[in-house]
Amino acid sequence: MSKTKRHTEPLMHITKRPAIALWKNLGIRGIGLVLALIVCAIVIYAVTKLNPLEVYVAMFKGTFGSQTRVWYMLRDTAMLLCIAVGLAPAFKMRFWNIGAEGQVLMGAVAAAACMKYVAPNVPHGLSLVIMFAASAIAGGIWGFIPSVFKARWNTNETLFTLMMNYIAIQITSFCVSKWEDHYGSNTVGVINQQTHAGWFPPILGQQYLLNVLIVAVITVCMYLYLKESKHGFEIAVVGESTNTARYAAMNVRKIIIRTVIVSGAICGIAGFIAVAGAGHTISTSTAGGRGFTAIIVAWLSKFNTFIMTGVSALIVFLQKGAIQIASQFGLNDFVSEMITGIILFFILGSEFFINFKVRFRSSRKEIEK
Amino acid sequence: MKKLIAAALALVLALGLVACSGTPAENKGNKDAKIGIILVHDENTGYDEAHINGIVKALENCGIPNDADHIIWKYNVPEDEKCHDAAIDLVEQGCTYIFSDSYGHQTYMQQAADENPDVVFASMTGDTAAVSGLKNFKNAFCNTYESRYVSGVVAGMKLKQLVDEGKVTDANMENGNIKLGYVGAFPYAEVVSGYTAYYLGVKSIVENVVMDVLYTSSWFDPNAEAEAANTLMSRGCIIISQHADSTGAPSACQAAQEAGTTVYCVGYNIDMLPAAPTAALTSAQNDWSIYYTYAFNCILKGEDIKTDWAEGYNEGANMISKLGESCAPGTAEKVAEVEAAIKDGSLKVFSTDTFTVGGEHLTTYTGAYGMDGKELISDGYFHESELRSAPAFDLRIDGITELNN
Repeated sequence: MSKTKRHTEPLMHITKRPAIALWKNLGIRGIGLVLALIVCAIVIYAVTKLNPLEVYVAMFKGTFGSQTRVWYMLRDTAMLLCIAVGLAPAFKMRFWNIGAEGQVLMGAVAAAACMKYVAPNVPHGLSLVIMFAASAIAGGIWGFIPSVFKARWNTNETLFTLMMNYIAIQITSFCVSKWEDHYGSNTVGVINQQTHAGWFPPILGQQYLLNVLIVAVITVCMYLYLKESKHGFEIAVVGESTNTARYAAMNVRKIIIRTVIVSGAICGIAGFIAVAGAGHTISTSTAGGRGFTAIIVAWLSKFNTFIMTGVSALIVFLQKGAIQIASQFGLNDFVSEMITGIILFFILGSEFFINFKVRFRSSRKEIEK
Repeated sequence: MKKLIAAALALVLALGLVACSGTPAENKGNKDAKIGIILVHDENTGYDEAHINGIVKALENCGIPNDADHIIWKYNVPEDEKCHDAAIDLVEQGCTYIFSDSYGHQTYMQQAADENPDVVFASMTGDTAAVSGLKNFKNAFCNTYESRYVSGVVAGMKLKQLVDEGKVTDANMENGNIKLGYVGAFPYAEVVSGYTAYYLGVKSIVENVVMDVLYTSSWFDPNAEAEAANTLMSRGCIIISQHADSTGAPSACQAAQEAGTTVYCVGYNIDMLPAAPTAALTSAQNDWSIYYTYAFNCILKGEDIKTDWAEGYNEGANMISKLGESCAPGTAEKVAEVEAAIKDGSLKVFSTDTFTVGGEHLTTYTGAYGMDGKELISDGYFHESELRSAPAFDLRIDGITELNN
């Protein structure tokens, strides 16, 4: 051990990249994905002794293997995308809405309530409109509350929206216990199983086409809203600097409240789609963590709603593929969750290398000294 | 942008591929019928382990290979819309007979049955097959109340021994009655029927008993079950039984016994002796292989599976697990006697002269949940699991108190 102090260069330097060429950007992501697949392959082989290639083929089949499967993939992609699109305006304004889970649940509860009490008594089309409106309002209220506190008293919206999730979960379990299908069972079961009142009708024979259409319209509208409208410009300015916004005579409070209501309302609509278009039931797992997964989607897409489509599809593909390999190879689901975790880790990791440059200390120079 | 286009192209390509290939023709040969299984948990819970063992044994009995071409397993399927998706996924994998093991799966299985009339769906422990009007939707349940009653007799024998030895203290008594405890999952007929049968089994040996029931609102929650057992023990309950799927309660009883409390327990589904070697007396059990063997044979022969299947001791679908070392002497003989009486029909578990509701012996009951006002009491006993496979006994009888409902 030498006692002489030397000023050594640190092991590595991390510097922010100003901008990155598109080919480098894609290259880094590509390397990330390849590494993820290699690590997964090693894990799969180590744990199960299966041929990793077969496992990847199974994942693909599990998602695209039949027409029904493709529709289920589209249904789930639409749901995740809808929430991510809902988050986009709030995030662009730097309002960290991590309350999507709760906003989806409130929308779902409102939709389920209408499905239970209103849908059997009104024409089918009207019941869907009522459920749509009720869900949007419920989700909007769940966005309105934290935004008012943020706009008026500058409370921390991250904590606030997070807490609102738990309130929503409690409200949902209260409703579940009120509406339970069988006394004491704690499950609502399929609502209107015989009449299908308040369910999305099949369009062109496809049960889930309406889900996809609604979300496609919302996605395009949100893209135009953020890119082309005056509101979209205001959101961008408030996100960059509230002082600039004020200097430009914008009403910052109003913009914050309005934007977060829009954000919550779209998440509420996602709840409507989950209840009327997919599950036909309500439980605390109706949102199923997708309110949080959508945050990853929104971030990875840099809030561009069209890129979100691709990222949502990728994540749903991973989940579906994981379920398939679990049942095809007789594995426990936890193995498949591990695989999804590894892939997401590398995808998120590649973001780091896109934004930062890493330079290692040259060891040769040390020796020369 | 390029990436986006590439992704879009890939998606279109994939869709095109699918449109061209289409789904493979359904397999009509019964010998090669593919079976799908939906389980609420996995082999780590007693309830699911009992199903898994039953299915594996039935496959052997019927000569069906236990491989991915003949049976597909889905573990840890929650009791929500994911059950529907799991059922559809099994249909997509070519399964034509699909079984689910938990009550909460039923409504989603029914929906899948409605959408897939060519596939048979059987929901274990369910109760709506008959009223659903669907030909391809089935229910089945073992007569668990019979083995519950027998396990109650085992507990009663132990209690009698404790009374004779003077080990029952004032703390275990309430108004001259000895206190029993029961950890239940949910307050509906399946659980009520079970704890009532157990209580009547104990009461057939020791007359002066009362029972406290504590619900956990979960089929499997080791901590909540242990906590419930501790609460019951602190209230003076001397024998704890359970209708929940973990070893939480037996482990808590074993710990209390080792700390000097006089307490014993009766389990469900799995042998609790490994978890509670000196506290466990026995467990009420179902042998699901009897049902699955019947159902798989129907599949092989191309016969229709019964809409409501319920069998008990007669067919060997019910039993109790090995008696623990702590059981009272003479228990085995008494158990054999009671089992024989159940088999030959001379003993009716829910005989109306053994229990009262509001101080009255019942002569009629038409209010059971989901039974459309059908009369369930005749010839001096409650006809459990005869009109439909799932338990219907939801009467709250005198002597049993539900603490948190």
